[in-house]
Amino acid sequence: MLSYLANPARFMAFSSWAAPLFLAAAIVTLAIGFPWALFASPADYQQGETVRIMYVHVPAAWWSMGIFAFMGGASFVSLVWRHALADVAARGAAPIGATFAALCLITGSIWGAPTWGTWWEWDGRMTSMLVLFVIYLGYIALWSAIEDEDKAARLAAILCLVGLINLPIIKFSVDWWSTLHQPASIMRSGGSSIHPTMLGPLLTMAGGYLLLFAALLLMNMRASVFRRQVEAARLKGIGG
Amino acid sequence: MSAFAATFRRDLAAMWAGGGVVAPLGYFLGATMMVPLAMGPDRLLLAAAGPPLVWIAAALAVLATLERLFQADLEDGSLDQMLLSPAPLEALVLAKGAALWCAVGLPLALAGAPAAIALQAPLALIPAIVLSLALGTAAFVGVGLVGAAVTASVKRGGVLIALIVLPFFAPPIIFGAAVAAGQEVAAALAILAGCALGAIAIGPIAAAAALRLQAE
Repeated sequence: MLSYLANPARFMAFSSWAAPLFLAAAIVTLAIGFPWALFASPADYQQGETVRIMYVHVPAAWWSMGIFAFMGGASFVSLVWRHALADVAARGAAPIGATFAALCLITGSIWGAPTWGTWWEWDGRMTSMLVLFVIYLGYIALWSAIEDEDKAARLAAILCLVGLINLPIIKFSVDWWSTLHQPASIMRSGGSSIHPTMLGPLLTMAGGYLLLFAALLLMNMRASVFRRQVEAARLKGIGG
Repeated sequence: MSAFAATFRRDLAAMWAGGGVVAPLGYFLGATMMVPLAMGPDRLLLAAAGPPLVWIAAALAVLATLERLFQADLEDGSLDQMLLSPAPLEALVLAKGAALWCAVGLPLALAGAPAAIALQAPLALIPAIVLSLALGTAAFVGVGLVGAAVTASVKRGGVLIALIVLPFFAPPIIFGAAVAAGQEVAAALAILAGCALGAIAIGPIAAAAALRLQAE
């Protein structure tokens, strides 16, 4: 499948129908997930209605991490096989991952106000997510700072892989740090298992986010390929 | 003389002659001075919260030295010579990192003693703080090599380096600050040593891969 799509012409043919298809699937899934999560699912017995922000917050957290892992895979392919589409994929995924991370931080902050009584808590998970968001920003800034696209792609790939190696270390240190500073942790890590009536809408929302990511990624990649084609055509025009 | 030793001595001599040793030290002390100015001179408040803040000053001082680390080599052709050398580029990058640590990290660690005392750290903790700064700056340099290498061709890349490198400074700062606060000192020192070794192991390899691209 991947090696079949590695051919840019085949990728463009595939993505021309796959991108709208994924987008439609994402809209349908989110159209089911949002009402289910916001109205049809039960309120939490402790948190009441505010628990519903979880359905927006948690999938954003999952996929902001998942997208960085995806970028790591694409970066690896880019460095080993020097494949242009892998560069385009890693570059196209970064702003989406950064947006998910920002969404996670913002909704986490809004969720924190009624439940923890503060807009920002230096909780281990929030801090890790903030670090991930800054890593995303650095990655995107490096891409835009280097003019030569091939060089930018491979330098960004090196940075992404170093980031991927470092993320578990950062996660571990932040956990160590937050437990040291907060003996009474507010959130139990994996303490309470989620009730099945909440798991349904949560997984639906997560599926919707993933489909949305796939659609946006394909659109970003198509835009990059088109931009390169326009530039190539313009250079040809100057030459001829 | 081996290529490693030659690179090490050249960089150390260049930094010594070019004010590369004194300037970061001055920066470090200046940044430390900002802490009581911002926090107020209250001794009890400083004793409770001040000592870990030497880590912010140390991180910024190392950060400020990174921008020119490979840029000069890229501009004057030294990088091409390093690539032509039979010695592996990774070893030469490691030599440059070692020189940077000797010129900047080690003096910063020693200057950490008066800085921490001024911020009301208990005297018994000073040797541990100096040791932690020596280890932590080694970790900063290891990560900094990567940041400096991927941005070597970017003009005025200082802000970009800071944005790229600062998140990776988080683990050394966390454990270094724990030492400065006197919390779990032995464990934090051991993990700091691990951070330093990890950064020294990965940093030169990733930085050398980036520099090969920069020279193309």
